[in-house]
Amino acid sequence: MSQLFKVTSSPHVKSKDSTSRIMLDVVLALIPAGLFSIYFFGFDALVIILLSVISCVGAEYVWQKLTNQPVTVKDFSALITGILLAYNLPSNVPFWIPIIGGVFAIILVKQFFGGLGQNFMNPALAARAVLLTSWAGHMSNFAIDGVSSATPLTAISLGEGALPPLSDVFVGTIGGSLGETSALFLLLGAAYLMYRGVISWRIPITYVGTVFALTYLFGGNGLYEIFAGGLILGAFFMATDYSTSPMTSKGHILFGIGCGLLTVVIRKFAGLPEGVSYAIILMNLAVPLIDRYTRPRTFGEVA
Amino acid sequence: MARLTFKRGIHPPHGKHYTEDKPIENYLDPKGDLVYPMVQHIGAPCEPLVKRGDRVLVGQKIAEAQAFVSAPIHSSVSGTVKAITESLIPNGQKVKAIVVENDHEYEEDPSLNKAYNYKDMTREEIINVIKEAGIVGMGGAGFPTHIKLSPPEDKEIDHIILNGAECEPYLTSDYRVMLEESERIIEGLKIILTLFPKARGVIGIEDNKPEAIKILKQHAAGQDRIDVVSLKTKYPQGAEKQLIYAVTKREVPFKGKLPADVGCIVHNVDTVVAVQRAIRRGRPLMRRIVTVTGGAIKEPKNFKVRIGTSYQELIDAAGGFTEEPVKLISGGPMMGMALYNVDLPVVKGTSAILALTKKEANDGGELNCIRCGKCIEVCPLNLIPSELNALALNKDWEGFEKLNGLECLQCGCCSFACPSKRHLVQSLRTAKSTILQNRRKKK
Repeated sequence: MSQLFKVTSSPHVKSKDSTSRIMLDVVLALIPAGLFSIYFFGFDALVIILLSVISCVGAEYVWQKLTNQPVTVKDFSALITGILLAYNLPSNVPFWIPIIGGVFAIILVKQFFGGLGQNFMNPALAARAVLLTSWAGHMSNFAIDGVSSATPLTAISLGEGALPPLSDVFVGTIGGSLGETSALFLLLGAAYLMYRGVISWRIPITYVGTVFALTYLFGGNGLYEIFAGGLILGAFFMATDYSTSPMTSKGHILFGIGCGLLTVVIRKFAGLPEGVSYAIILMNLAVPLIDRYTRPRTFGEVA
Repeated sequence: MARLTFKRGIHPPHGKHYTEDKPIENYLDPKGDLVYPMVQHIGAPCEPLVKRGDRVLVGQKIAEAQAFVSAPIHSSVSGTVKAITESLIPNGQKVKAIVVENDHEYEEDPSLNKAYNYKDMTREEIINVIKEAGIVGMGGAGFPTHIKLSPPEDKEIDHIILNGAECEPYLTSDYRVMLEESERIIEGLKIILTLFPKARGVIGIEDNKPEAIKILKQHAAGQDRIDVVSLKTKYPQGAEKQLIYAVTKREVPFKGKLPADVGCIVHNVDTVVAVQRAIRRGRPLMRRIVTVTGGAIKEPKNFKVRIGTSYQELIDAAGGFTEEPVKLISGGPMMGMALYNVDLPVVKGTSAILALTKKEANDGGELNCIRCGKCIEVCPLNLIPSELNALALNKDWEGFEKLNGLECLQCGCCSFACPSKRHLVQSLRTAKSTILQNRRKKK
């Protein structure tokens, strides 16, 4: 008998894609907006980002150690949750806000449901929603250089205060959550993700397009609504979260339209100035249903 | 010209550079014993017609089955039957086999070399010669050719499609046959076309083989019933249903329907060479082209070999290994079978012996599904491999069938594309065979 070789099922070659490489791409894509926020909001922004990231990654590590699971922090997904959570917070929240948010996001929303890929809601957004309902004051106190400032969407919603010019809104030199304000730098990252094939155009473009069209229909300024608030961050980085969005192309389009519709309805009719987080969370809940009804026709299937 | 293709699929690295420029080299005087397993085709296994101690001649029929779906086996050398024993075949089974000790005289059976003029033959006569020659599909699946050529009478065949896609990475045996035996391919196709007067012959070749397209076009010039078409290079372009779709835009309906149901019959290019040799030269199927390749092979080559030659001998003839291969595969990397040793013979469906280095065979452990949808994006049948995988792991056979899991081609696109390296096609394959076994038990 000659030597023995390893026997596995075909295929015997695999693509170079890997989960951690995909996640790393998302991290890279988020960096420009983060750098801008540190430049614009100052040292506070850096502290919030670090606290949030450390609590997310730390929570995942500790939880997996305690429950005797393989530690998966190297897949970068907890890192992404940390960054996204921080980007959803005002720059001047107390230090314990990102910590509570991070632990909640990772343990209750992600690990309780089975970890990466199993959670049915975006962990960072779920944490934001909880923080917002629990500590509304801290969560909606936006300040630039220590001076409180209204966000453009609050101003529109209240119908008072002067609106900053669209160019400022696009670049991000306005009040808001620290990683949300700069549409410019977020879009730069988003372009990279599309180039790398990590995300497709379907969810973000249908999402943003629906918001634009409906706002216009309701007599608002569509462009302004797109670049103010969390829409760009939400549409390109959170609605596209693999775990919590549909899997097929048709599903992506339905999901994007649904997110857009809910965002406009909340912004227009609810007591909140901003609807992106809740819109995405609500649509997250509809994903199993969307997946079920958008299964493609199998090749050769006769009706 | 528009490149014909199917929807979805993948672009694995080719690996064809090792051997595409290597002309077919004869390896026709094997040193060791020749081993003929009784399972070389889909259908009933053959039974030996010879016994230990018998002298056999080149081309002599040594095994046959009475069953309808079967194909006889011929000796590829002259010599003595040394044993009727067991042999490993690529899928890991051990089956009954005839072992012949080669006397190196290559004395031919007197029935050989009877040339026919197919134009004077009846349909039944032609099909009978093909059947007696033991011809089966040379692409790997090994379906007996005479059965494919006898579709039910109510099926009107309007396309005879020759599969020259060779979409499996690393394989170049079909490519070399197209370059070196192009005239035989055309004549073989003409023979088959006489059986189907209403059909058009189409030779489909992936566009990464421009030389093959060119040379076959030259030989097909003036044949008003034969076209050569260029297919987009994409895996699995050579899968029967995908090839039919590319050429005719027809979908073979699933749940047991066959290409003949949409008017098509598909043959591998090398199969029609075997048909041509059987009809024009009276030669049964005794040889085939085998690509011996991969990063761990010293001098990768395309060999013309006698069926029954041992894998080990061919690896030695290709210079042996440069480094210890991590995996040894019979066939291509996408659908071939991993072997645990080299102690088995070339059978009618052996297209390649592939020795992969560690770098080529990147095997990782499974990670969680992240629902990225890549498996859905690439599945040529539009299935949802991730969901089928979950159903299979939960042993939810009913759900698996409901989502058309039984239609899976097992092409491996999903496993190739999965960033979490999940064993998708493996679990689907297991689920399929379990369901089919359960069905058989019920009956």
